[in-house]
Amino acid sequence: MSSNDNKWIGESTIRPDGADKVTGRAAFAADSTMPGMIWGKVLRSPHAHAKIRSIDTSKAEALPGVKAVMTSADIVDFPIDTPFPLGIQDMRWMCRNVMARDKALFHGHPVAAVAAMTEAIAAEACKLIEVDYEVLPHAIEIDDALADDAPILHEWMEFDGKPSNIAGTLEHSKGDVEAGFAEADVIIERDFTTRPVHQGYIEPHACLVSVAADNKTTIWSSSQGQFMVRAMTALLTGMNQSDIRAIPAEIGGGFGGKTIIYLEPLATILSKKSGRPVKMTMTREEVMRASGPTSGSKSTVKIGVKKDGTITAAQGTYWLQAGGLPGAPVRGAVGCALAPYDIPNGHTFGYDVVCNRSKVAAYRAPGAPIGSFGVECVLDELAEEIGMDPLDLRLKNAAKEGTQAVHGPVYPVMGYVESLEAAKVHDHYKAPLGPNQGRGVASGFWFNAGGESSAQVNITEDGNVVVTTGHPDIGGSRAGIANICAELLGIDYKRVSVLIGDTATVGFSNLTGGSRVLFASSMVVTESTNKVIRTLCELAAKIWDIDPDAVEWEDGAARPAGANAGQFDPLTLAELAARANETGGPIGAGVQINTTGAEGGFGTHICDVEVDRELGIARVIRYTVLQDVGRAVHPAYVEGQMQGGAAQAIGWALNEEYLYDKDGKVDNPGFLDYRMPVASDLPMLDTYIIEVPNPKHPQGVRGVGEVPLVPGLSAVRNAIYDAIGVRFNDLPISPPRLAAALDMPEAAE
Amino acid sequence: MAKKLHISTTINGEPEEFLCAPSDTMLDVLRNELDLTGAKEGCGSGDCGACSITLDGTLVCSCLMLAAEAEGKEITTIEGMAAGETLHPLQQKFLEEAALQCGICTPGMLVAAKALLDQNPDPTETEVRFWLAGNLCRCTGYDKIVRAVMDTAAEMRGAAK
Repeated sequence: MSSNDNKWIGESTIRPDGADKVTGRAAFAADSTMPGMIWGKVLRSPHAHAKIRSIDTSKAEALPGVKAVMTSADIVDFPIDTPFPLGIQDMRWMCRNVMARDKALFHGHPVAAVAAMTEAIAAEACKLIEVDYEVLPHAIEIDDALADDAPILHEWMEFDGKPSNIAGTLEHSKGDVEAGFAEADVIIERDFTTRPVHQGYIEPHACLVSVAADNKTTIWSSSQGQFMVRAMTALLTGMNQSDIRAIPAEIGGGFGGKTIIYLEPLATILSKKSGRPVKMTMTREEVMRASGPTSGSKSTVKIGVKKDGTITAAQGTYWLQAGGLPGAPVRGAVGCALAPYDIPNGHTFGYDVVCNRSKVAAYRAPGAPIGSFGVECVLDELAEEIGMDPLDLRLKNAAKEGTQAVHGPVYPVMGYVESLEAAKVHDHYKAPLGPNQGRGVASGFWFNAGGESSAQVNITEDGNVVVTTGHPDIGGSRAGIANICAELLGIDYKRVSVLIGDTATVGFSNLTGGSRVLFASSMVVTESTNKVIRTLCELAAKIWDIDPDAVEWEDGAARPAGANAGQFDPLTLAELAARANETGGPIGAGVQINTTGAEGGFGTHICDVEVDRELGIARVIRYTVLQDVGRAVHPAYVEGQMQGGAAQAIGWALNEEYLYDKDGKVDNPGFLDYRMPVASDLPMLDTYIIEVPNPKHPQGVRGVGEVPLVPGLSAVRNAIYDAIGVRFNDLPISPPRLAAALDMPEAAE
Repeated sequence: MAKKLHISTTINGEPEEFLCAPSDTMLDVLRNELDLTGAKEGCGSGDCGACSITLDGTLVCSCLMLAAEAEGKEITTIEGMAAGETLHPLQQKFLEEAALQCGICTPGMLVAAKALLDQNPDPTETEVRFWLAGNLCRCTGYDKIVRAVMDTAAEMRGAAK
């Protein structure tokens, strides 16, 4: 089926959850209440690094209105020497992250929690908990953590046979890098740093948990995966997963940061202890201090090219901050760094480094922007050095079908070259620039993901459709699913309701993450809908008394498949549904599969900036995102992903960073001083959708959401170089840094 | 603990009374006492605008307003924006133009945008961007929000002619 034949796939329909979202009715996690509900609060470490000698909760317990107090003694301990992976996390680290065990590893690390009649009483009780700390020296920055005399966070952690803060390494290699560099005419090697940045979801973490006397537990929470919430909460509290029903509230942004839990196990234990439903919400300050940003990094990138632009070798070494417990997104950095290019000799190496910051969580293409940053900056410099257009340099070396990536896979058909070619001829790339303005380009890659998904498609008695899937909808996926189901059934999309099931009402579905949701859920919804269509054809065959194979489904009705099948009037979905009880009963189908075939995604960005020399501010004045999306099932939400990713990249490049004081405490834990882009910081963000269908997907879908963060950091940075002649290798290029650079000789007007 | 205050006010056109502690914010009372959870707490410090309401027609962050200040005033929230089943043109346009992704900032964004159009029916893009600079959105990059506000303004001007 070509896209021209589609009625709903490719339409920007109104989302099924839209009316509730614009009227304030949509229920996010903090919006739920229950009769008898009380409030939970977390006591957090005031130290960046400290041993916990003892905790005395007796005074807090005695405070009137307090109903339960808990510490890490109430949480299941997962021993260090036994790995216990669960998805992208490991329960050994989770059980130490949700509440400090023997050691507080960052300022803001939970050490105890209280449930009380009001939030104010719970907060008061937290102050009455006496914790005896032995304060230890802390390491915030990578170099602090790697120094010879660095404070070691975990005595069980060793590297090269010595106590170390290096938790692990990952490496990719192809060809012979040394031989490749020997063939190069020009080699450039540079050092780079990027800062940890927060996902910045506007909705703080929140949950409401009710544990009944028989242990049956209901969790309403904001997460990127209700099944992840169920599994982790069960493991950390020692409960059976079957006793927990995790209900996905509407989620107010996640960007990866809600693929992990913080409050749910605490609220579950407090609810169990108190016999009351317990609600917990984080303040923004708690979000900034104690929920995962992505890693800060330092890296060294070296690339060699021939005079004609052919890359002969490329090498990148990366150190990524994990926070207090292991798990920096090293795989994304070392895997995605060189992925857009056909490189004969490549090597990437990454270190996972613990330090006294909050444990990192996934952030949109985790690690990939870090890996890509140095590569795209060095390519920009190489292009200038050999006198080649930066897009031409990328085109010369672009990965295409059949290319073997440095991180391993051989690429299938894909639209990376198309994104570069489209950029070259785009009006934006040819538009004139004014004084103090500059233009930068960069490309990026993300793996994308398949994995487990489940869906149920049911036909109602009046011939409409209810689709239930298992993935929290973080950016309009319900609309895309409605389009696909309506297309297959040949009915108006308004007749399809799409709901997100809870852990008791839909089969196991992995996280909303990895750009997998529309890819995977449209596979299971397609298969379920096709099963329903087969059932409908069988029912029509029974009514007509002909062979089911002689019935076809077209335009919302069963029809005889050609003249030989007989002459019958079509039977519509509504007619067949109305007669279902006499022809065979309920019409519906559920499908659960472990989806595969999610191929990687590529994009190219063009950014124009204007530098205000007086204020030292770089303003993005024009921006274009070009990306192969496979098939844009709902173009407006595809554009939205591309625009949102670019905006986050601009924030990462220009402003966002944590400021720590000398005691290892975040000094800017709020939106005023942790400066994410606001409406007046940005221009319109243009998009150019390329559709090279993914041959392994029924609609040709590729993941979309994560790629558009990846190239943005370097596109902005390269544009600033073009404007003022200074190459910034450290992010963010914030006003103080930019103002200082404007005094350098190369920045002369 | 200080005694609770008895406040009489008007919310979305209806008379309303409530009891509150002197330290309660308007946002606390809206969400926890009056079941008006459309206003969200994104920061509690007036930086994100997710709790936007109007107080006697002026756009305010309800997290920065004490509930006791509502005495004798008129408050409107997102819950008062649609006329029964009929969405306000801004609400309709936000849906048509996909000006929301997760939707957490949407109530505050809509209340703020309506306050702008009430006083300036023909804003420039720059005016829209600066007016909404106090309403954070992390999903959209603001592009579709700004377009939806401008398109609504144009449509409402057309309808008013």
